[in-house]
Amino acid sequence: MMTRAQRAAEDERYRTWKGPYRPYDIIKEGTIAISVIAILVVVLAILFSSPDDRAVTARQWARTMPVNFLQTATSELDGTSETATYGPPYNPYVSDSSKDTGAPDGLDDYTQHLWFIHLQQWFGVAHPINAAKDFVIDPLRTMPQQPALQAAINRYESASVSQQEAWSAAYTKALNKASVAGSGAVSVPAGSYGPVGEMMGELLVFARAGGLDGAILNSGQLYQTDYTKSLMFLADGNALTAKAEQEHLLGNQWGMMNETGSYPGQVWLWLYTFWYQISPFSTSTNADIDVMAIMTVLSLGLVLIPFIPGIRDIPRRIPLYRVIWRNHYNSLS
Amino acid sequence: MSATSEPPSSAPRAWTTRLRERWLAELPPEKLLPDGQPSYVSSWIYVLGVLSLSSLVVIITTGVILALKGPTWWHDTGLGHFFNSMHLWAVELFFFFMVVHLWSSFWTAAWRGGRRRVWMTGAVTFLVAVPTALTGYVSQQNFDSQWISTQAKDAMNATGIGAFFNLMNFGQMYTYHVFLLPLAVVAIVGGHLLLVRKHGVVPPFEDQLLAAVAAGSSVAGTPGSSPAGQTDGGQSA
Repeated sequence: MMTRAQRAAEDERYRTWKGPYRPYDIIKEGTIAISVIAILVVVLAILFSSPDDRAVTARQWARTMPVNFLQTATSELDGTSETATYGPPYNPYVSDSSKDTGAPDGLDDYTQHLWFIHLQQWFGVAHPINAAKDFVIDPLRTMPQQPALQAAINRYESASVSQQEAWSAAYTKALNKASVAGSGAVSVPAGSYGPVGEMMGELLVFARAGGLDGAILNSGQLYQTDYTKSLMFLADGNALTAKAEQEHLLGNQWGMMNETGSYPGQVWLWLYTFWYQISPFSTSTNADIDVMAIMTVLSLGLVLIPFIPGIRDIPRRIPLYRVIWRNHYNSLS
Repeated sequence: MSATSEPPSSAPRAWTTRLRERWLAELPPEKLLPDGQPSYVSSWIYVLGVLSLSSLVVIITTGVILALKGPTWWHDTGLGHFFNSMHLWAVELFFFFMVVHLWSSFWTAAWRGGRRRVWMTGAVTFLVAVPTALTGYVSQQNFDSQWISTQAKDAMNATGIGAFFNLMNFGQMYTYHVFLLPLAVVAIVGGHLLLVRKHGVVPPFEDQLLAAVAAGSSVAGTPGSSPAGQTDGGQSA
């Protein structure tokens, strides 16, 4: 191990090169490099193009996976979906111990923390989503010309929470025995699910006609650039996941660095996605913040390598530099 | 104070004068645009920096054209899709060359001789380029952006970043991607280049040189025979 004085002395010697120079034209080098890269990029674009798979819509989802659509919409209505139980930044944090969201165990919220650091909770609800209202009730309210539907919504909203949950639970159970007609209409066995059947049936028709995509996106003003609600609703169902699995984009498929088709994706994220493949992160409920913390430390380490004893000495101990500078060293002998 | 037809002979305390003098001391034209480089700069690894930079130039050029035409152009027209393809492949090349450049800089311990900031700005460029690319992926308005934004949001939310950096807000991500983050990348790369020009590429480890000298070998060339103005090493980025 070098002493601090030795390192400072060595550092000073490497500061200035006092050996020979050879001719060099920086402008010519830059011009040639840009030209070569531009030609290479044009050739790659001509040969391989780029992926552009159309966005999945609620319309498409309702048409191809109507039962899953209804299961998801019902979970939004009764507050058991991932979005409804997510916690910040979409809805208020609910302590795991209170278990008062009505969600199954483990679904009370997805709020993550690292030791005593609860960043997700501390930053609060920045993008509020009321899953039942935003994904089901408000879109259905855009159809005032259907009095039976509006009466069903009124009946649902005026019922007690326990009654609402009982209706939703019965309907969810009935969906397990649903049959899909050739027209795409979904039939469920008769049951005591009150107005929920009427509401869900109309929501499916609305979605299949393409109206739900716009209704969820509607923010009350003409211009819109925020797709948070639409994407959260889609992500609660299987439409995105099914396509992603086909394209090897799931988290356990190293999907973070993959791309649709056979295109290279964000390959530079290999180390980031690596952590998700191994225990304990592959099963941890705090995996995201754990991996972010590891990558933050490693990123800081990368920047600060010149100051880290041991790491900064690796190039000297494993002398790959002899290959890189072999011409130089050969010229000395 | 009265005006004269002659420029002032000297104004050493003027901010402008001091800035100019400091700039010229740190980065004289001979360093900024060198016509010579140290003899040891004779390996293919020395083109990785300029190839990274060239890829960035192509990324920005194609990105400006895509931005000028708007975010739906590349979905609707063949020419737009072609420019998007060029943008994508330039990004892939940029990351490839940059990562190999980082590795080669590591194995040559390129931070030696007062060059720590050169290494640090290079590493920060990589770290800032990652979210720059991510915001591009989630701004595509296709299945890719749907999937990536809904998956990556969990990491953002878990750290609290999601509260003010919403991957599913196209308007916000597009602004970050076409302006804020590219500005940061270009600024850091600019700083990196100026530092490289100031300090030059790190010289080889001396243990080999000392061993050669100890063995009685002569050093190639004449020490100090640098081109005009070249005191530190001056060579490719």
